[in-house]
Amino acid sequence: SQVAWCELPPRVLLVLTSQRGVQMYEADGSTMVFWHALDVPELPAAHSVFARGIAAAGGRFVCVGTSFGAVLVFDIPPKGTNVTLSEVLEQHRDPVTDIAAEQGQAPDGGGDLVTADDAGTLCLWSSGEEFTLLGKIPGSGCSCSSVALWNGVVAAGYGNGQIRLWEAASGRIRAQVSAHARWIYALDLAPLTGKLLSGAEDSFVHVWKLSRNPDTDDIEVQHCHAECVTDTQVCGARFCDPAGDTFAVTGYDLSEILCY
Amino acid sequence: MSARTLPLLFLNLGGEMLYILDQRLRAQSIPGEKARKDEWTDVDRKRVMNDIISTMFNRKFMEELFKPQDLYSKKALRTVYDRLAHASIMRLNQASMDKLYDLMTMAFKYQVLLCPRPRDILLVTFNHLDAIKDFISDSPGILNQVDETFRRLIETYSCLSDGEFQLIRQTLLIFFQDMHIRVSIFLKDKVQNSNGRFVLPISGAVPWGTEVPGLIRIFNHKGVEVKRAEFTTAGNYVTPQREGSFELYGDRVLKLGTNMYSVTRPVETHVSGSSKSLASQAKENIAPNPLAKEELNFLARLLGGLDIQKPAGGESGFRLNLFTTDEEEEHAAKTRPEELSYKVINIEATQEPGRRAELSRILGELDVAEPRPGSAEKGEDLLALMDGL
Repeated sequence: SQVAWCELPPRVLLVLTSQRGVQMYEADGSTMVFWHALDVPELPAAHSVFARGIAAAGGRFVCVGTSFGAVLVFDIPPKGTNVTLSEVLEQHRDPVTDIAAEQGQAPDGGGDLVTADDAGTLCLWSSGEEFTLLGKIPGSGCSCSSVALWNGVVAAGYGNGQIRLWEAASGRIRAQVSAHARWIYALDLAPLTGKLLSGAEDSFVHVWKLSRNPDTDDIEVQHCHAECVTDTQVCGARFCDPAGDTFAVTGYDLSEILCY
Repeated sequence: MSARTLPLLFLNLGGEMLYILDQRLRAQSIPGEKARKDEWTDVDRKRVMNDIISTMFNRKFMEELFKPQDLYSKKALRTVYDRLAHASIMRLNQASMDKLYDLMTMAFKYQVLLCPRPRDILLVTFNHLDAIKDFISDSPGILNQVDETFRRLIETYSCLSDGEFQLIRQTLLIFFQDMHIRVSIFLKDKVQNSNGRFVLPISGAVPWGTEVPGLIRIFNHKGVEVKRAEFTTAGNYVTPQREGSFELYGDRVLKLGTNMYSVTRPVETHVSGSSKSLASQAKENIAPNPLAKEELNFLARLLGGLDIQKPAGGESGFRLNLFTTDEEEEHAAKTRPEELSYKVINIEATQEPGRRAELSRILGELDVAEPRPGSAEKGEDLLALMDGL
């Protein structure tokens, strides 16, 4: 299961995904606004059914990924419960792992949404009444477990511990970091500073700084800080503020949230 | 949640159980000529191992096991192992059975946690099966059964992606969540902390397919590498030498899942629940169990229907103690914390006529050799069993 806050200009929704489908609640958790059930087969099938990957897009939509590879696009009214399934994007052939919306300024004509799957394939979209596929970066077989989008740069974390930075517009790889020794579980971005946070099963949390070289237009990434959460496999990591001065970490078998 | 998890859970836990039983039986065995009627000999040990392994790898059982399904509850799974442990002349008291189950589960939890890649869980399973084949190396019939299961594993799991294996791994970790029973052998080897949590090393070989952390490479818009930088961390990793084999035979390379017990290292558990009450686990045990019938799933029924050899020389005759003395065992039974009680369901399988008919049918289909009436000789039963293979 996953939970995410979806901030759309008029309202904030709490969105949950699970094996059953998608649920949306008002920000204070008081009422369930909407739920969408996935087609669950009668008997357990060999392939798992679940919803995974949540992001708010275009100030109006909530996108949720599924194990079928389809991305569900929900149109959210400014208030009330009249949420509708506006579109189903079918570009991924493997289970969706994560979805991220542009957190900075997309370059002209740039996309505002990126979706990732278990084969490592990344899709770039432009949101709207009808979503447009702007580009597709084929995966190399390694699951892309987590993804972020900032100023036209896609930051992707993989199951083999690598972080890759892609130029969204061209689909070219711009940086490759041997960041972790195990599966990366979480990536988060601080939009004001371009700091990137990565957490993985190797017990480490790293803070990186993304930037663009104004002369060469190269995307640069620097390592800022490493934190080892002793004897813990990190499952979640998030910045607590948009500048990335503080961050929180969760782990397997850990009943606490650690703040740094 | 993955619906393909149960076979891996069952086989690996079963493997750990066999390691422990083998160690305890060896530790308590007496050379054949000197043994009294109620003492263990090598022949008895082999027989127990054979009985349990052949029951575990029963074809119908395996067919049911490999069907896509959700994991059983902890209670239901425990019932299955209870039945399995009693598939032979051996008897275990509640306290010993509890301890056995604690050891099995903590060992496998450790293996799942430390698996370098999600798919390495298959190598761990193969390690267990390789060892099981060693236990019954002189019984070609049972060896065949195990090989068949081996092939089924390869067929079912070889084509799964890393993402699917990670889902399986997550399903297993959720099953083991919040279990922190301290195991002496782990504490001594510094593999577990005194608070029950496992030590996760930040050194050693990286998983196959992963690079040693530290390198940053920058590419220009043409895809040409223009800059390299390095960063350092507290970790101390090296590249692995080779990948483990996923074939029927081969060097698995990975040590997780191999037998860590030996006759000279008695295994104790400190059964102390953590002070942060295992709230969810406690709730699971306290709730009344109207689900008893539903949870008495096919596997447990299948095992329940098997003919259990009556021990000659009375109930206590072939009892195996997982503790060093009987007094220790009694003490352990009395002092086990409430929240860790497994509250095993003991089903009287013969009471309901409908059930009885089903079980008899299953029993008939399972081809278990009937013990000759009045036979009190261990040797004769053994022969009967062999005939049935």
